[in-house]
Amino acid sequence: MTRAFLLLWLVVATPVAAVLPAEQLPDPQQEARARTISRGLRCVQCQNQSIDDSEAPIAHDLRVVLRERIAAGASDVEARDYIVQRYGSYVLLKPPVEAGTLFLWLGPAAFVAIGGIAAALTVTRRRTIEPTPLTPAEAARVDTLLDH
Amino acid sequence: MKRLVFILPLVVLTGVLIAFAAGLRHDPSILPSQLLNRPLPAFARASVQPGQAGFGSAMLRGQPTLLNVWASWCAACKYEHPVLMQLSAAGVPIYGLVWKDTAPAAAAVLATSGNPYRATANDADGRIGIDLGIVAAPETFVVDGHGRVRYKQIGPITPEVWANTLSPLLATLRAEG
Repeated sequence: MTRAFLLLWLVVATPVAAVLPAEQLPDPQQEARARTISRGLRCVQCQNQSIDDSEAPIAHDLRVVLRERIAAGASDVEARDYIVQRYGSYVLLKPPVEAGTLFLWLGPAAFVAIGGIAAALTVTRRRTIEPTPLTPAEAARVDTLLDH
Repeated sequence: MKRLVFILPLVVLTGVLIAFAAGLRHDPSILPSQLLNRPLPAFARASVQPGQAGFGSAMLRGQPTLLNVWASWCAACKYEHPVLMQLSAAGVPIYGLVWKDTAPAAAAVLATSGNPYRATANDADGRIGIDLGIVAAPETFVVDGHGRVRYKQIGPITPEVWANTLSPLLATLRAEG
């Protein structure tokens, strides 16, 4: 019974983020915006976590700076760009389309296109190859072979 | 045309392999500075040493300087410290931004191991660090005579880094005037 009751708590368990209560903004709407933005920002120290997930001190600092911007009335894009200006577009977990990332964005489509063209060429070529009709001599030989 | 169909995948594969090989040599933890060839963001802070003058970005003018970002809790900074002492003795102007640290702890390091800095500035809350795009201490900016960032060394200045990178760069910047 006790065990079942304890298991019941798992229902209300949620994934834990690194955001501390003291960091949160009093306005829940602004806090929600900050959470959304910070989930898309890479922690510069532990590079495969977002600053929302990371407990690194620098991630804490960036969360606070982000919330300050939002509390000061910055739009989502302005608040995000404040950090991008300082740390570069590398901090965006979703890389923007720019000269250095063109291959990343267009590469898969380009490979699908190359493969598609190659496949299409192969298929059409195969279709256009008409079998040459048998010469009378060959036809006669087939007949004799089939008679056996 | 037919030959091209056979050669093209090989050419593409070679290109991809070269790109991957280059990627293996690339350290993703080294982020290029956004400040490169741009003026230092404006800041001015008090020294960590009682009774001493701090410094601000406006003071890094007139000659090429090094702006070293360090902290007393930073192990790699201790490794770098003797090199900075040597450079300072050789007349290289070094300014020390004390990052996310307390003034007494930083002042104690300078009192016991020596002070290579012309002046220190206390960035206890790390705000200047964020404006500078600091990821981890130590990082060192090479600032030219016009107050523009020309290079960022990520990690400690070793004798090799000094001889191969920073020393030639400072010589070029001095020649630029």
